[in-house]
Amino acid sequence: MNSVVCISQVPDTESRIRIAADGRRIDEAGLKFIVSPYDEVALEEAIRQKEKSAGDVTVISFGPERVQQALRECLARGATKAIHVKGESSDADSLGIAKVLAAAIKTTPHDLVFFGKQGVGSDNSLVGPMVAELLGYPQVNVVTHLEVGDGRLTAHREIEAAEETIEAPLPAVITAQKGLNEPRYASLKGIMAAKKIAIDTKSVTDLGLSDGDVFNQRVTIASLELPAEKTGGRKFDGADPAAAAQEIIKYIRDEAKAL
Amino acid sequence: MPGVLVFCEVQDGKLKKTSREALTIGNKLAQAAGGDLVAFATDSSVAAEAGRYGAKKLYVAKLDSYSTEIFTAAMQQVVNDVKPSVVLLGGTSNGRDLAPRLAARLDVGVASDVDRLEWTDGKVRARRPVYSGKAFATVDIVGTPAIATTRPNAFPAVEVGGAAAEVVEVNVTAESKAKLIDTKVPEAGELSIAEADIIVSGGRGLKEGQNFSYIRDLAHAIGGAVGASRATVDAGWIDHQHQVGQTGRVVSPNLYIAAGVSGAIQHLAGMSSSKHIIAINKDPEAPIFRVADLGIVGDLFTILPALTEEVKKAKAH
Repeated sequence: MNSVVCISQVPDTESRIRIAADGRRIDEAGLKFIVSPYDEVALEEAIRQKEKSAGDVTVISFGPERVQQALRECLARGATKAIHVKGESSDADSLGIAKVLAAAIKTTPHDLVFFGKQGVGSDNSLVGPMVAELLGYPQVNVVTHLEVGDGRLTAHREIEAAEETIEAPLPAVITAQKGLNEPRYASLKGIMAAKKIAIDTKSVTDLGLSDGDVFNQRVTIASLELPAEKTGGRKFDGADPAAAAQEIIKYIRDEAKAL
Repeated sequence: MPGVLVFCEVQDGKLKKTSREALTIGNKLAQAAGGDLVAFATDSSVAAEAGRYGAKKLYVAKLDSYSTEIFTAAMQQVVNDVKPSVVLLGGTSNGRDLAPRLAARLDVGVASDVDRLEWTDGKVRARRPVYSGKAFATVDIVGTPAIATTRPNAFPAVEVGGAAAEVVEVNVTAESKAKLIDTKVPEAGELSIAEADIIVSGGRGLKEGQNFSYIRDLAHAIGGAVGASRATVDAGWIDHQHQVGQTGRVVSPNLYIAAGVSGAIQHLAGMSSSKHIIAINKDPEAPIFRVADLGIVGDLFTILPALTEEVKKAKAH
């Protein structure tokens, strides 16, 4: 069983977001970058599959130089190989990124391709299913439980207030939801072992793609804005619960019109 | 004539709310673009309802349960037939599963979870929250068709009162590698926070998991969904499906009631676009009060039961 895990590196969820001078990107100065939290869940699941039935876990990321740090982190947790496709991924749209990842995935043996259910930040939830389509694989999105055996998988897919059980042949694309597992931290031994693994670095052209394939954006960002700062509304002393309940009811009825 | 195609989902013989919302904004775009609004569904019984939201035609593929691969093939067929300028899907689990697959098949652009849409200069301009609502991106979707998934609750559904949509049958021969085996509804009767009009959320101030009963009681009385902060999910007090915030769901209900939620930056990002926000917290300095329209400084363990009783009384009238 060989798995590929596609990783995106995103600003730490604790970060305050500032807009860059061009008004179309975030200001990266001083931001701490992390492996996108759902991608950590995807990686953990791939490592567990490897621990059950051997094989490789290859992590792939498309992005600038800084994503090497995210790939190192994944190697330290238990990935066995890493591919870094160099390029300014923020200049590509989701389909451009999916084309790069699909091409990179083809260069390495795989039975399962894992993604997080969304990159925390751009919050598109697009790239995983796009890669599935480009590779002609079945997909199961927002997976909370996975079993693999006999060239097939059985997965639980979270939908609105319910859960589906889906079966599919391998190779297949899975996008991981929190709850699928509890991701491990890197051990000191893992960190040391990871240092010995060379990251395979490729360019977009090495993968047989042209800049036009990747950077010809179908979705372009016209502007990026921060939401209007809220100042906080009316405050009410809730020392008397009955009076507080009355105050809330009045608000729900008269302003929210929800009663 | 170029128009707008809306992917519709049917539940209990009616259009899902998110589909009605997508039809409503789709109709506005179609008028601006000078084309017709048409819809896709798996059940012809919603032709009259789709018509009331402005759809002229309803393309019906008689398919059972949702399947990514078969539905992608069905929508591809309809797109090839209709040649719409815009394809909209309500941002449900299925809409969000299907949109990227369809976009990759057609080699076109797609914007997810948009909360504003307009037709300008012959193209679609959309706004979407990024960084879980810490920022908003305005994007142009170039090329045809432009695809978008609409954020639940962002486009209030309004009937325009048209005649029943003309039903056009679609025959789909595609097969699916993935097969649906079973659907379970683990918490029967519980609403999903994704589409709820009202959400009652609990945080660490509940002190222990069993005290989520205070939240559930109010949510049931008022007809809302149960939300939760990340801390309570991480502590194992409640299932992740309920989590609001950056690694949970970004929600924008009409009414959001937060009790015992201090308001970490990730939580605020996930709920501050709610239309009306009430916070109950004993700490007057809690960050949640910065986004609350009505802030109650007090003890949730006495205020919530009193409020639940008042809601029941009001509902009984």
